[in-house]
Parts: sequence; structure tokens; C-alpha cells
Amino acid sequence: MEELKPNIQFPQELLDEVQRSVNMFPEGKQKSALLRVLHLAQAHWGYLSSDVMDYVARLLHIQPIEVYEVATFYSMYDTTPVGKVKLEVCRTGPCMIEGAEKIISYIEKQLGIKEGETTPDGLFTLKAVECLGACGYAPMLQAGEQYHEHLTEEKVDELIAMYRQKPLANYMGLKHD
Amino acid sequence: MTRKLLLENDHIEGIRTYDVYRKNGGYRSVEKALKTMSPDEVVEEVKKSGLRGRGGAGFPTGMKWSFLAKPDGVPRHLLCNADESEPGTFKDRYLMERIPHLLIEGMIVSSFALGANQSYIYIRGEYMYVLQILEKAIQEAYANGWLGKNILGSGYDLDLSVAPGAGAYICGEETALIESLEGERGNPRMKPPFPAVKGLWQRPTVVNNVETIAAVVPIINDGGDEYAKIGVGRSTGTKLISASGNINKPGVYEIELGVSVEDFLYSDQYCGGIKNGKKLKACVPGGSSVPVLPHFLVCKTATGTDRLMTYESLAEGGFETGSMLGSGGFIVYDEDQCMVKNTWNFARFYHHESCGQCSPCREGTGWMKKVLHNLELGKGKVEDIDLLWDIQSKIEGNTICPLGDAAAWPVAAAIRHFREEFEWHVNEPVLSQTRNFGLVSEKSFITQTV
Repeated sequence: MEELKPNIQFPQELLDEVQRSVNMFPEGKQKSALLRVLHLAQAHWGYLSSDVMDYVARLLHIQPIEVYEVATFYSMYDTTPVGKVKLEVCRTGPCMIEGAEKIISYIEKQLGIKEGETTPDGLFTLKAVECLGACGYAPMLQAGEQYHEHLTEEKVDELIAMYRQKPLANYMGLKHD
Repeated sequence: MTRKLLLENDHIEGIRTYDVYRKNGGYRSVEKALKTMSPDEVVEEVKKSGLRGRGGAGFPTGMKWSFLAKPDGVPRHLLCNADESEPGTFKDRYLMERIPHLLIEGMIVSSFALGANQSYIYIRGEYMYVLQILEKAIQEAYANGWLGKNILGSGYDLDLSVAPGAGAYICGEETALIESLEGERGNPRMKPPFPAVKGLWQRPTVVNNVETIAAVVPIINDGGDEYAKIGVGRSTGTKLISASGNINKPGVYEIELGVSVEDFLYSDQYCGGIKNGKKLKACVPGGSSVPVLPHFLVCKTATGTDRLMTYESLAEGGFETGSMLGSGGFIVYDEDQCMVKNTWNFARFYHHESCGQCSPCREGTGWMKKVLHNLELGKGKVEDIDLLWDIQSKIEGNTICPLGDAAAWPVAAAIRHFREEFEWHVNEPVLSQTRNFGLVSEKSFITQTV
């Protein structure tokens, strides 16, 4: 086995979490823990670089390609760097008719970026995403694991100010800064 | 007064915690099933209840359970489908967030009925905070002896875990869910073999929606016959409806199946009518993939009878003049909404969510999206409308999984009922960019069968 890059290593607390995830499945079925471990890796490192994916493959005793094909299939995984706080605005059906497009344009204006881009300071990434299951509380966005619903321009201003001051978007129950 | 079976206690403070849930009668169904019933008797009660899958397909749950293969020495699994992603649907999130123990209780009784000793709740990755609520509740259930070895001294063992998805609508399809739970891309499998024979790790597997599993709790507590008394005909029991769009009171409502659509849409007990005193234009009654109904077919069927919130009544008239109860994602559109834009929005969704295995879906959804976008921008031709009809008809029924149908139906229904609005977009390319068409005339659907 080739040598691990020293900086690509989960802290013990996360290694324990990986072990807990693997233990949820029968022996030999540890690949079933892959999606959760990728979430942990992304929460810890911010995005899934190929080094990180190779590390996850070693952890789960599977081939790197098995990790790449999963990481590129699911929309929540980022394989390129993103901002510390991802603002993911739902744009589907009910959110659209309640004004999701206006919210997206407003955030674009406030942050000076286009949908899909990251602010130059690396703080915010703006993404339009598909239905997040909050249709009755539209328009809405998700930041980390937090749902922000019934959005207005004022609420968006407050959110941006809050995350600017404290760019912590909880994800997988982890607080990373 | 409407009976509530699932959300009866959702207003009680602290109901999310084990102690409060237990004090309010929680886990009684586990005691009853494990101490006084055989697994087959539990299946029998569910059959008697007439419960049908609440995820969208409406397949009878007891029958699904009875298909489970039971070869000697091969473990079986129960998987809960908590990958709620159908646009317009947010009921499972509400249930899991408010009363996580109800789902866990249902999982224990259902797993016991199926002889499963290791069960999983597969939850969409975006519901990560709900996953944490569930894991905490599962810990409490273990600590109080409802999970683990020899539950209540019955000799029955059960381990229950939660597994996250990572953003893929397709994983709500049961074989894609199984693939995902095996740590793979969510590509649906060819059937047969069905999951009941070869599912998770090629073992016999049942996949049920969150609400379906939760409904097993009142069925066991009160008996299948009692459950079947609620509702109309083959639509028994209660159903969670996610109401959204241009209504006064969006939210999750538990209804007795059989309440009229008019009552659901206009009474203060439920949606409270259209917002800002506007007129109703259209309604998608069961999540984005079911056919949209124009205003004059929402509360009445084509024959003039009252439309009811049941599997049968919403489907009355077939796809010509009816729709489906689906997942209960009830989306309401007022007169200011544009059906071309909305259809484009849904087409974009299905294109984004196509797994890409089958060419009719992979290529067709993208094609429909582009054609619809042109029409929406006033750059379309009349032939585009026929082209759309042609594409959707070639996707439907020609794919491994139902995502193809789910992408085709909304387009077909929009053209069937709103063709004049589509034509107006072609004929009024400038005007259609500044205002909306309004209501379609009542006759339009009769001429629009191809």
C-alpha cells in the first residue's frame, strides 16, 4: 500500500464514527457505509478531493473507482472546492411559484456572484437545487444541515450577515470552521 | 371531527422524546404484537386493514408483505423509504421530525411480522438533521429494551440503523434505494427478480414508505378491521397530505380518506382556500409526477360528481380527466401561474434526476426541458407542442424504472388540459412574457386526446 499523505487522516473521533457506520452492516458489507463516510469526509475537509476519496477507499477496503463513481453521482457531494457556507436554494415547483427565482437573484446581487459560483473570500457558494421537501414553507434554502424557510429579502440579509460573522454551517452534526 | 391516527399527539410538548411518547401510549403495539401475536397474525391484521403504500404507488401493504420469500437460513430485511423527494411532498419529514418514535415503533412491529432482524431507515441526505433526531430516538429505544436482543423476552432480536442518501430523487425507487444502501450509484435494477426475492445483498427485502410503516402502529393497536372502517371503498384509513402552493394554509394535514377535495381545498380545517382571494387555476394532487388537473376538474370529476381524496376518485376518468393520489403532495396554482413555465420547471427536475441508464429517459427528459424552455420564452413553434407529445409518449413505459413515466405524465397532462395556453405562448411571444394566460376554457380537454 502506498504511503498515506499525512494531512489526509480523520481525527480519532471521526475514525470512531466511521467504525460505528461500518458496524451498522453485516461483516463484508462495509461498502454500505460509503455514503455516510463521504458525508463525514466532506464535512471535515469541505470537499472531496481525489486524495480524500482515495483515503476513503482505503478506509473501507474498496477500490478508488468505487468511491469516485458514487461521489460523482449524488448531488450533495462536491468534488471541487466550495465556500465555507453553501446556500442551496430550492427552485422546484412550489418554491418556484412562491418566488425562488427572486430569492436567487437577490442573493446573487447581495453577494456579487452568479448561481453556481463562490465568493472571492471563499465564504459563500450559491447553488440552485431541486426539491428539498419544504414545499409548504417556501421559498427556502438550506445551509449546512439547517433549513431556512419562508424566505424574504430581509431574512436573506440577516442570514448573510449571520454567516458572515460566524461561517459555521453544521453538517453531519459536525461544526467545522 | 376527523380522526387522527398518526398525528394525534403531534402537538404534545416533548413528544419527540421517549418518555413523553411512552407516557402517551407509545410502544403499545410492540407489546401487543410480540407478546400476544405471531408474525403471520400481524401480517393478517395489515391485510385486513386495507392499508396501501403511502409513498405513491398505493400497492396493498399486506399483499406486498406476503410476497416476501422466506428461504431457510437467508436473512431478510425491512427497509424504510425515507428518501422523500417527490416535489410537493414533505409529510414524512414532518412525521419523523415530530414523532420519530412512531416510525421506530412501526419498524419494530413490521420487522417482527416479516422476520427481519436487521432493518434500515434510508433517509435522503438533505434531511441530515432529521437523521440525527432518528438516531437519538433509536438510542432511547435501545436503552429501554425495544431494540436489541430478546425484545420483551420474546426471543425476537432486532437491530435498526439509519443510512443517509446524498441527493438523488431516483433513490426513492426501491431498487435504486437498495443499490444506494449497498454503497453504489442509485441505478434502478431490472425486475424481476423483485426485491421480495432478491433485494438488499441479494436477500429477500421489503421496502415501505415512512407513513406506511407508521400506519402499522394504529392498525395493530386497534385492529385491522377498525382501521378499515375509516375511508371509502379500497381507500381505507387516514393519509398525510402535504399541501403547498397558492393556498392560505400550507402544511401537513392528516385526513380521513374520503374527504371531498373541495372541503380539503377550501375549508379552514385544511388549506383554507386560495391565497389573496384569487381563482383556482390548477392542482397537482399527488406530487409532481401525477397529471395536473385544470380548475374545472379539481373538485368535480368529468361526470359532475364530487371528487374525493381517495385513490379511486382522484383517478376517476383515467388520465383523460383524472389524476392520482400519489404521495399526497397537493400543489395548488392560482390564476397568475403559468402552466408552460411550471411544466418546464418539472421537466428540468426530471432531467436533473434521471440516472441516465435508459436512453428514452436520459435523452427525452433533456429534450423536453429544452423545448419547454423555448416555449416558455416565447421562442417556440406550434409543432413543438406536438413534438413534446411525441417525446413523452416514447418515454412512458420504455424505461427500467417509473422515473420515465413520472417525467412523461406531467408533460402529457399539461398539453392535454392547457394546450390553448401553450399555443398562446407561441402566438403571443411578446405578451406572454409580460402577463399570464389565466384560466383555460372548460372545453379544451375534450379535443385534446391524441
